[in-house]
Amino acid sequence: MAVTSHAYLAAEPAVATAADSAVLSNAWLLIALPLAGAAILLLGGRRTDKWGPWLATALPVAAFAWALLALFDLLGRGADARSVAVPVYQWFAVGDFSAGVDLLVDPLSISFVLLITFVGSLIHIYSLGYMSEDPGKRRFFAYLNLFVAAMLVLVLADNFVLLFLGWEGVGLASYLLIGFWQYKPTAATAAKKAFLINRVGDIGLLVAIMIMFTALGAVSFSDVFAAVPGAGDGVLLAVGLLLLLGACGKSAQLPLQAWLLDAMEGPTPVSALIHAATMVTAGVYLIVRAGPVFEAAPVAQTVVTVVGAATMIAGGIIASAKDDIKKSLAGSTMSQIGMMVLAAGLGPVGYVAAIAHLVTHGFFKAGLFLGAGSVMHAMNDGVDMRRYGALRKAMPVTFATFGLGYLAIIGFPLLSGWWTKESIISAAFGVGGTRGLVLGTAVIVGAALTAFYMSRMVFMTFFGEKRWEEGVHPHESPVSMTAPMVVLAIGSVALGAFMTLGDRFANFLAPSIGAHPHHFDVAHAFTAPYGIAALAVMAGGVALAWVVYLRRPVARTAPKANLVTAFAREELYGNQINEGLLMRPGQVLTKVLLVVEDKIIDGAVNGLGTGVRDSSRGLGRAQTGFARTYALTMLLGAVIVAATLAVRF
Amino acid sequence: MIPHMDLPVVTEGPPEINWWLLAPLLTLFAAGVLGVLFEAFVPARRRRRLQIGLAALALLAAFVLLVLQIGTLPEGQAGVTVAAGVLAVDRTVIFFQGTITVLALISLLLIAENRDGRDAFAAQAATVPGSEEERAHILAGSQHTEVYPLVMFAVLGMLMFPASNDFLTMFIALEVMSLPLYLLCGLARRRRLFSQEAAVKYFLLGAFSSAFFLFGIALVYGYAGSVNFGTIRAAVEAGGAEIFQGEGGDGEPLLLMGIGLVAIGLLFKVGAVPFHNWKPDVYQGAPTPITALMASCTLVAAFGALLRVFFVPFGTSAASWEPMLWAVAVLTMVAAAVIAVTQRDIKRLLAYSSVVHAGFILTAVVANSTDGLAGAMFYLAAYGFTTLGAFAVVTLVRTKDGGQELGDLERWAGLGRRSPALAGALALFLLAFAGIPLTSGFIGKFAVFEAAVAAGATPLVVVGVLSSAVTAFFYVRIIVVMFFRDPEGDGPTVVRAGAATGGVITIGVAATLLLGLYPGPVLDHLLPSSETGPEPVAVMVDQASTDTDG
Repeated sequence: MAVTSHAYLAAEPAVATAADSAVLSNAWLLIALPLAGAAILLLGGRRTDKWGPWLATALPVAAFAWALLALFDLLGRGADARSVAVPVYQWFAVGDFSAGVDLLVDPLSISFVLLITFVGSLIHIYSLGYMSEDPGKRRFFAYLNLFVAAMLVLVLADNFVLLFLGWEGVGLASYLLIGFWQYKPTAATAAKKAFLINRVGDIGLLVAIMIMFTALGAVSFSDVFAAVPGAGDGVLLAVGLLLLLGACGKSAQLPLQAWLLDAMEGPTPVSALIHAATMVTAGVYLIVRAGPVFEAAPVAQTVVTVVGAATMIAGGIIASAKDDIKKSLAGSTMSQIGMMVLAAGLGPVGYVAAIAHLVTHGFFKAGLFLGAGSVMHAMNDGVDMRRYGALRKAMPVTFATFGLGYLAIIGFPLLSGWWTKESIISAAFGVGGTRGLVLGTAVIVGAALTAFYMSRMVFMTFFGEKRWEEGVHPHESPVSMTAPMVVLAIGSVALGAFMTLGDRFANFLAPSIGAHPHHFDVAHAFTAPYGIAALAVMAGGVALAWVVYLRRPVARTAPKANLVTAFAREELYGNQINEGLLMRPGQVLTKVLLVVEDKIIDGAVNGLGTGVRDSSRGLGRAQTGFARTYALTMLLGAVIVAATLAVRF
Repeated sequence: MIPHMDLPVVTEGPPEINWWLLAPLLTLFAAGVLGVLFEAFVPARRRRRLQIGLAALALLAAFVLLVLQIGTLPEGQAGVTVAAGVLAVDRTVIFFQGTITVLALISLLLIAENRDGRDAFAAQAATVPGSEEERAHILAGSQHTEVYPLVMFAVLGMLMFPASNDFLTMFIALEVMSLPLYLLCGLARRRRLFSQEAAVKYFLLGAFSSAFFLFGIALVYGYAGSVNFGTIRAAVEAGGAEIFQGEGGDGEPLLLMGIGLVAIGLLFKVGAVPFHNWKPDVYQGAPTPITALMASCTLVAAFGALLRVFFVPFGTSAASWEPMLWAVAVLTMVAAAVIAVTQRDIKRLLAYSSVVHAGFILTAVVANSTDGLAGAMFYLAAYGFTTLGAFAVVTLVRTKDGGQELGDLERWAGLGRRSPALAGALALFLLAFAGIPLTSGFIGKFAVFEAAVAAGATPLVVVGVLSSAVTAFFYVRIIVVMFFRDPEGDGPTVVRAGAATGGVITIGVAATLLLGLYPGPVLDHLLPSSETGPEPVAVMVDQASTDTDG
């Protein structure tokens, strides 16, 4: 790999030590707690209707408490001794092969565990209010718990196979929750769509694991990374691109982005937890975790940055045109994750920035979604922003928390999003050369888009005049819903500063992912050209939104669109492309395969079956029941034995 | 090292005998003899309880003694030989013997199961089937309590078989094991003619195979000048006994014929194709508890002996017998799996299944390595528990009218709905037979195939995996019949499981799951491993040869 300065040299990821404390050696509890909740609620049936949701809320909270203990345990160790291998279950070991379940607790995984359990707990609490009237409440909480457990498996796995198990688990939970209101055809279709598109990515990840197993002879993180220097370029490129394909599916990156907007059919807490804060960031986790593979395959790394940059811009454009508040937020999620993927593709210099942005994004985006849910709650489940307006007085808490999340995401100075987005921008420019210039500029364009579409959303929802439907009487949501929003808003304001000042997060995270801690210079961020540029485009984006959506009245129905807007409203024709390029040829292929299956494969299988049955009857005829025949058979056997002993091989 | 060919030394005193290491065998022998005396002197109505108690106590005592013996084996070497080198006591042997005693104890539960005063055995075997005399005995409630001493003697033979350290002892063990089994096979309470036919066939073919075995021993003696395993191994290494050295000519044909004939005797006992014909007929005809005993304990004993013979006396001439075992293993895995596809009777199906499993275990013998030995040991133990459970289920499914066991699988339709627990247990056993992960069968299969691949026998493993696929077909078909087909007119009745049979099924389920989910302790601590502990095969040889030399 091309090295321009020592800062870009990857350090060896820290070697895992054995778990020796009660907290860490029982890290399986983190997964077991929510999993038990899902099992109790699903198997217990109606008997658990009354207390089930409360139990399901308490368990992720308990897991969060355990994760906090684990964090303190890790902090009590030396910076290089914070990768702890936790053997959970040894299934069997035969010869040189052993199979079992092992977890890896290190700064990277514990960061995710904390994010998942903390945001997860808040969203469970929020759901107590949001889903209080839903008849399927118990099932909903069971699936939520299942999701948390699967997501924790994904991030705590110490090998790609177990990671894949978690990967499929979150896919399943996501499918169940998007289609939670299965009586709505749109929800059922959206769930199916998400599942199918994710299959494509999953196959990529699966094939990548198979290649690792055959070409590198290992599937555990440490063994794979140890085998990377001796592996061929082709193998590494293939593994890198296939891992990226997996990441694209789960994280809704181009070209597998089309499912995320439809996934908003799920209940809003699901959108906040799964399709904003946690699951969709799994792709970023995968790329950072598999860092050594990508670092050894520069072409794959470049593709990662290109995919990230393209998705970031595309997501921003889509978000700018959607009138559905959740879909607009979904476009924003695509865009923000694209930014993280771009950072992760920069190599070790961008890892910390990517994960830091992922964590702060988890807070403010979850807060924004919960705010959107609160607004929908008040507007009789209406999602069209053109029927909102002037809600700031009716819903002061929602407005305040949503507003803080908004300021964080557009990168208002000193709020959480600013710190982490600034880190990504400086990392991108820091790469140097044309690559750095292009990527850095792309991030700034992405930031401009963010400022525009988020301002548009806030102006259309909370400002301007009332454009409400008949019979809608907005009111503030109950405290079980607003409390989590307040907590997330506090995180949106302060978390970035807490993590970045003194390079706390960078120093904590860097050893486990082989990155050198990257110092964040506050003064530099305000004085460097790109820092100023970022602030300028943010102001520009807000101003443009102000001109278009606040100074002029907003139409109650979407006006006739120009070319660009139509393009954006149609989600850049992603669905049409999928249909024309994949679905229709796929249907033809299915028909052809059906014929092949009927005529050729079935024929062969049936023929084989008949063949086996006939030879079975033939051979069975030797079983005459006469001892003399048996003795003769034995004599024949003696001849075979003599022959095989006599012949020299 | 060239073995001594001097005249036999006349010993001055009795040989030194380690009674402690012989204690498990002697316990069972004493129990058998005592059982015979009970038959003679204890009144008929009190015999049954006494015999069962004695047998159970003896097996339990033998097991405890075996466990205690492990501690007294010398550190750093696999084991020792006892009684002037005729028996070997090492960790491998103790594992086999321990497995056999546990499995025999569980089989005893099935044998002792007594429903309405009737067990699985004929009221009076000497009466003509269907005669007035027979009916009189049935009405009088006569019972053959001789079954228990016969079982004791059979188990004694099974314990000796894998422990034998010379061919003559092995032959005696073979006969001690087989003769009581021939008798027991003919004692079924129902379908007595069928049962007697099976017994006669088993006896005739068993005698036939014993002749091969004995002839093979003679030829090997001619080649090596000894029947002792250690001495034979040394002789094979040296190229034959002294008379074959120098100008004496080539003794190899003698050795090869000897190996072949001995192998036939052993392959008959494990039921490898084409020496398997007795298995379906005998398994079907014998009283099911005895079938269970044979399918589990006899198979373990026979494979224990086969492994010892091929690894110790013939261990240094592996190149000459490996092609032969390749051929037999392939034949066994393919032919038995194919024939099993069209079987309609559950006991015949399980018999063919046992033949296929023998083929899988043969791949571990071909591997000729410590891993292979360990794999075979695990496989045998796992299979023993599972097959006991399966046969226990078979004893419970009866016809509506006559109350005899219902073997016809087509009429098992709907069993899963009628008695879900029983059908579920059988389904688990069948999945274990098929080698589905998270059951003991998977680990066993993985262990033997892994060993075979490591030893370069990959084609054999490919055949094995394909054969597994075929076997999975008929195992799953039974599950489909039980759970997904509507019961037909005169479906089966399920006899309520007594404590004994229920216990056997429970133990079978527990062992199948435990060894499938958590095999670590057994794999790590009970089985030999090439990395830890002494080399099991090599040390057995050293011990054998030092004993004969010294």
